[in-house]
Amino acid sequence: MSEILRVNPIACTGHGVCAELLPELIEMDPWGYPIVPRAALTDDILPLARRAVASCPVLALSVQKESH
Amino acid sequence: MTVALITQPIVRQAGLPRLLAGPPGRRAIGLLEHEETHGPLPLPGLRGRAQRDSADRLIDVIERSGLTGRGGAGFPTGRKLRSVAAQRGRPVVLANGSEGEPASAKDRLLLSRSPHLVLDGISLAAYAVGADRAFLAVHRTEGRLAKRLEAAAEARAAAGIDMIPIELVAIPARYVSSEQSAIVQHLNGGPALPTFSPPRTHERGYNGRPTLVNNAETLAHMALIARHGDQWFRSAGVPGAAGTMLVTVGGAVARPGVYEIEMGTPIGAVLMTAGGLTERPQAILTGGYFGTWLPIEVAWQLPLTHRDLKSVGGALGAGIVVALPDTSCGLAETARVVRYLAGETAGQCGPCVFGLPALADAVADLAYQGEQRSLRQIDMLADLVAGRGACKHPDGATLLVLSALTAFEADAAWHQQRGPCYGIRRPPILPVPGDMADW
Repeated sequence: MSEILRVNPIACTGHGVCAELLPELIEMDPWGYPIVPRAALTDDILPLARRAVASCPVLALSVQKESH
Repeated sequence: MTVALITQPIVRQAGLPRLLAGPPGRRAIGLLEHEETHGPLPLPGLRGRAQRDSADRLIDVIERSGLTGRGGAGFPTGRKLRSVAAQRGRPVVLANGSEGEPASAKDRLLLSRSPHLVLDGISLAAYAVGADRAFLAVHRTEGRLAKRLEAAAEARAAAGIDMIPIELVAIPARYVSSEQSAIVQHLNGGPALPTFSPPRTHERGYNGRPTLVNNAETLAHMALIARHGDQWFRSAGVPGAAGTMLVTVGGAVARPGVYEIEMGTPIGAVLMTAGGLTERPQAILTGGYFGTWLPIEVAWQLPLTHRDLKSVGGALGAGIVVALPDTSCGLAETARVVRYLAGETAGQCGPCVFGLPALADAVADLAYQGEQRSLRQIDMLADLVAGRGACKHPDGATLLVLSALTAFEADAAWHQQRGPCYGIRRPPILPVPGDMADW
C-alpha cells in the first residue's frame, strides 16, 4: 500500500515550514499555503516527508495510507 | 411580458406523483390522510436477532430498488445502509432536511407538504441500521416548518408509530452548514462547519458513533419502497437511474417550482412540465450553484440521470434546472453566484478563504469590465483552488466557473474584445440570498 502526504487545510495556518523542508514536493500558493501533491511517496523521499510532518508547528501535515 | 414560445399540454404520467401524492392543496398532509394515501408504515417492530434478519431484508429491498441519494452525490442508498449497519458501535441516523442551495426548494416543499413520508423513512432507516437515536436537521430560520414537523412528530408519538423518537435539530441557515460533517460537528457541540476527513461520518460521526446521513427526499423514497417493493420503484425511471426525483425548475419557464419527474426525463421535457418556456433559452444551469452550465443544444435532449450529466461534464446535484434566457448574460449571473459562494466560505481553509474572492473578482472583471487578462487569471485560480479545502465548497465554485467559460465561450470572447454585453443590464435570474443590499 502506498503512502501519501496530506495537509489538513483547516489546521494549516501557512507557517511554511513544510515547503522550506521539502521544496522538492511542496510549493507555496500565492497566499502562503502549501500545495501538497496527492502522489505516492517514494522510499527516498519518505524520511524527508516524515521530518516535515514532525516539524509542522500546528500538526497539519500527515503521512497517510492512500485511500480510494 | 410573458410569451410562451413552446407550449404543450402537461402529460400526466401513470403512477405519478409518488412523493407528492395526496389530497389537493398545499397544506401539510396529516397522519390519517398520510396513511390513507400511502398505507401504514410497514415497520416490523421486532427486536434482537429477529430485528437483524428483517432489517437485512429491508436493506436488500432498498439495494435492489436502485435508489440513490437525492442530496447531490447520488451514492447507492442500500450500500450506505449496509456499510453503516456493519460498523462497530451503535449507529445513529441523521436526516438532512436543511437545504443549503438557494436555487433548490424541493426538500422544504416535501417536508412541509408530506412530513410523515420523510419521518417514515427516518424510522425505517433507523430500523435498518439498528440505530437508537434519530435526528432531523432543518434550518434555524425555518420556524414554521419546524413547528409543522414538531406537530407531526407529536402525532406519531401519540399513535405509537416509531420505535425511537425522532429529534428535531435546528442548524444555522448557511450554505456550508448544510454539509453533513458540519451538521455532525454541530450535534457534537461544535460549530456547524465542515470537518476534515477521515474519520468519515459513516464510520465515526455523532459522539464517535457510525452515523447514517441521508437527504430528506431519499428517506421519503425509502418509505415508499418499503411499502410497494423494489420492482414498483423501478417501474419509473430508466435502467441505471430508477424511480422518480424532485426537481426545482426556475428561470425562463411559465411556472417555476418543484416537480416530481421520472429519472431520465430529458431536460427539455422537464421545462415543459414547468409550463414551457417564456423566452428563448441559451443555457441551462444543472445541479445548482455547485453545478454546471450547459449550452441549450447540449442540454435539451439530455436525460436527467447522474450518468448522462456526467458524460457532458455536468452534475445532477440536488435536481436543479434553471433556464437562462438568451437576453441574460451568463457570465454576469456566474459572477454574482461566485461572489455569493465566496462570502459563504466557512473561513477555515486558506485556499478557499483567499482563492474564492480572487476567483469572484476575476469573473466579475470579465463580466463587467471585459478585462483582457481575466480568462488566464480564472484558469490559474481554478487550478489553485479546486480540491484544496476540507469540504467541496471550493471545488463546486470552480466547477461552476469553468463550465461558464465553456458554455458562454463566445460571450467571454465578446466581453474580452468589446467590453460587457447588454445582458448585464437585465435583472438577475439566479436567486442569491441577501443580494438586494449589494446592488
